[in-house]
Amino acid sequence: MDLQPFIDRIRAATADRTPLCIRGGGTKDFYGTPVGGERLDTAPLAGVLAYEPSELFVTAGAGTSLAELEALLAGQNQCLPFEPPHFAHAEGAGAATVGGMVAAGLSGPARASAGCVRDYVLGAALVNGRGEHLRFGGTVMKNVAGYDVSRVLAGSMGQLGLVTEITLKVLPVPLAEATLEFACTQAEALTLLHGWGGQPWPLNASAWQATGDGPGGTLWLRLRGAAAAVESACRHLGGERRAHAHAAEDWAALRDQRLPFFAQATAQGLALWRVSVPQTAPVLALPGQPLVEWHGGQRWYALPVDAVGTVRASARAAGGHATLFTVPRAGAAGRADADAASRFDSPAPALARIQQSLRERFDPAGIFNPGRLLA
Amino acid sequence: MNAPLTAPERRVIQKSERQSQVVRALQADLPAHALLWQSEDTVPYECDGLTAYRQRPLVVALPETEAQVAAVLKTCHGLGVPVVARGAGTGLSGGAMPHAEGVTLSLAKFNRILAIDPVSRTATVQCGVRNLAISEAAAPFNLYYAPDPSSQIACTIGGNVAENSGGVHCLKYGLTLHNVLRVRGFTAEGEAVEFGSNALDCAGLDLLPLVVGSEGMLAVTTEVTVKLVPKPQLARCIMASFDDVRKAGDAVAAVIAAGIIPAGLEMMDKPMTAAVEDFVHAGYDLAAAAILLCESDGTPEEVEEEIGRMTEVLRAAGATAIQCSESEEERLKFWSGRKNAFPASGRISPDYMCLDSTIPRKRLADILLAIQEMEKKYGLRCCNVFHAGDGNLHPLVLFDANDPDELHRCELFGADILETSVAMGGTVSGEHGVGVEKLNSMCVQFTAEENAQMLAIKAAFDPAGTLNPGKVIPTLSRCAEYGKQVVRGGVLPHPGLPRY
Repeated sequence: MDLQPFIDRIRAATADRTPLCIRGGGTKDFYGTPVGGERLDTAPLAGVLAYEPSELFVTAGAGTSLAELEALLAGQNQCLPFEPPHFAHAEGAGAATVGGMVAAGLSGPARASAGCVRDYVLGAALVNGRGEHLRFGGTVMKNVAGYDVSRVLAGSMGQLGLVTEITLKVLPVPLAEATLEFACTQAEALTLLHGWGGQPWPLNASAWQATGDGPGGTLWLRLRGAAAAVESACRHLGGERRAHAHAAEDWAALRDQRLPFFAQATAQGLALWRVSVPQTAPVLALPGQPLVEWHGGQRWYALPVDAVGTVRASARAAGGHATLFTVPRAGAAGRADADAASRFDSPAPALARIQQSLRERFDPAGIFNPGRLLA
Repeated sequence: MNAPLTAPERRVIQKSERQSQVVRALQADLPAHALLWQSEDTVPYECDGLTAYRQRPLVVALPETEAQVAAVLKTCHGLGVPVVARGAGTGLSGGAMPHAEGVTLSLAKFNRILAIDPVSRTATVQCGVRNLAISEAAAPFNLYYAPDPSSQIACTIGGNVAENSGGVHCLKYGLTLHNVLRVRGFTAEGEAVEFGSNALDCAGLDLLPLVVGSEGMLAVTTEVTVKLVPKPQLARCIMASFDDVRKAGDAVAAVIAAGIIPAGLEMMDKPMTAAVEDFVHAGYDLAAAAILLCESDGTPEEVEEEIGRMTEVLRAAGATAIQCSESEEERLKFWSGRKNAFPASGRISPDYMCLDSTIPRKRLADILLAIQEMEKKYGLRCCNVFHAGDGNLHPLVLFDANDPDELHRCELFGADILETSVAMGGTVSGEHGVGVEKLNSMCVQFTAEENAQMLAIKAAFDPAGTLNPGKVIPTLSRCAEYGKQVVRGGVLPHPGLPRY
């Protein structure tokens, strides 16, 4: 990978304070505050640089296609256990990239049991605002030499620098998998999940959604692990076992937000709110029925943009935060509000000051995706 | 007329004046019994688990409340006094070594378990709670806290957060970072701040991975919320002997390549096995060139399935003997030697230095053979215990600290192991931290720009640089100096000078 053109461009941009908009496949263009600036395309940074199945790591350039990386791992019966969303169906999008996955920091249905993107980052290389190419972390699991800089890049939305390569921990594909379905209300689903969570069942993912306008709904529970453990859980937990092919398609659709719940929000001209709360938070007093993932930790609400005050207050009261994840399409009623509402909740003042100062110390001229996450 | 003061005399007077000034200021923040400054009172704080490096602090402060922590930090910040936070002092790299002109902030009194919540499977505890005490408190709910550093009966969760501590179960259960949800603490200025949250993520940049493992340089931790996990119903351990270290190293890679993630995967070399057998009499195979301990945990069905697969792989990899624990008692017996590796080494040598580095798993045999060569080069013996599953080495170099030349050779031996680890694609610290011990090795692992970026990160959290200054990240000039030393082919100039 020839980094010199990137380094030259970044140095020049810092010198004349030109904002740069870092972009991979553009599958997550919708996410975060829209930014202007000259496009800095990571496509030339594509390629798997090292993959050693028995060392449980893979190193790939930021522009590497996520789908290609996952196919490579699958060939060795390995995977990215945090199940990153691709969102490759998004408007004007190409293929999701490894760099975009890390910068956005989004994890899929398995997150509550298997961990998040950050947990699997072992190392990274980036070019900071001064045009310095820096490496942190490495390829090994246990590494406490210096600050854990590579993991902070997960979810930094590109604002600390241009990530050029990433090393991720990979794991074997679980030997067995099963999905169970239960008919229950949201409150009942949460109670069931918390009960199971305290026992050594091989829980991997869960999703609850309403079946109609009433309180009734469906809970999917995915189990992954040793065959004996999955079978034993299926016998004890009850519910209806779903056919594997259908279940696998539904989990993929949930990961990429292709289930009808998400399409309806768009069709109704509503925003999609991502409410992140402690898993044991009770059913929130917000209008409508959410789609609940992560054993209660991530709750999606289709509500107008101008519900911002209510949604954020409710999330905060429960000990969490709310993100304006997608906004109504251009031209839809309620779209205008989207430009005024901040996409992300703001951290407490002491924390916000540290975050701001940290950004400035990576990117003194503020050229990388200014405003997308941090002012 | 008095003779003019010599420079050392002037320094003694200046230090005593500074001490009086700091004590007076802190007396407004703390009750009298929470402040120590007489030599006889501060001596117990002069080192942590890295006893070769000692320094008496100016003052020791022992706050009992968060308000007092905030006040002490504010006062010290105002006076420009360095603050070194300290838990149980079990750290092995000198991260809690005092600063000569600084305040050691002992958090020993923050020892309350605030909540064990079996429904959310979390524990919220003050920073001075011992690692093992969390699991003990969670035991009635059949839950436990997974990271288990070998010092877990003594080390505190605040110290674990500072070091991002590991243990023998990291491969399957992760490091401290993977098991901590939220850290509450104070900035250098004394302002309360929280990193992470009880939710699975939080707004803005995720600073938790920076704070965890920052060795007390970014904030002072006072309270931690950790994840608890269900206790496995069963654990069984395989003990496998190999007549060749290369076969043992390859067996480790083969287990992982077979798609197995063991709960623990440890290796001991022949000298280590001899030392621990003499100590615990567990019946280890003394003829083996290396022994692997390979553990499976989970439901009885899971364990049976996994033990079967592990046995197959180890046999195919050339194990000369395989024993599988048939009872909890036997499992603990298998582990007894591994868990007593350090005291066992203490019995066969006046002193030992415990190293800590990580290499890619496939290089396990290479580094063992390289260490055998180094034993000849430096004229010292070395016993090896590895967290083989994650490539984390703990070579124990045996020496006599009363022999200055042995101490010096031991330091060179240690630096050589660390630098060889980096050359093999590894890192200079797997779980013990950098502290003061490995500052020079950081110059080998990171470029000047990378170290400068890390110093800039510190400045973002602590602009005045009063929290644990001088640790972990070497200055540019230090690296330049070290660079000059190492070009002499391993023979340092002025061997009598103290170096750390």
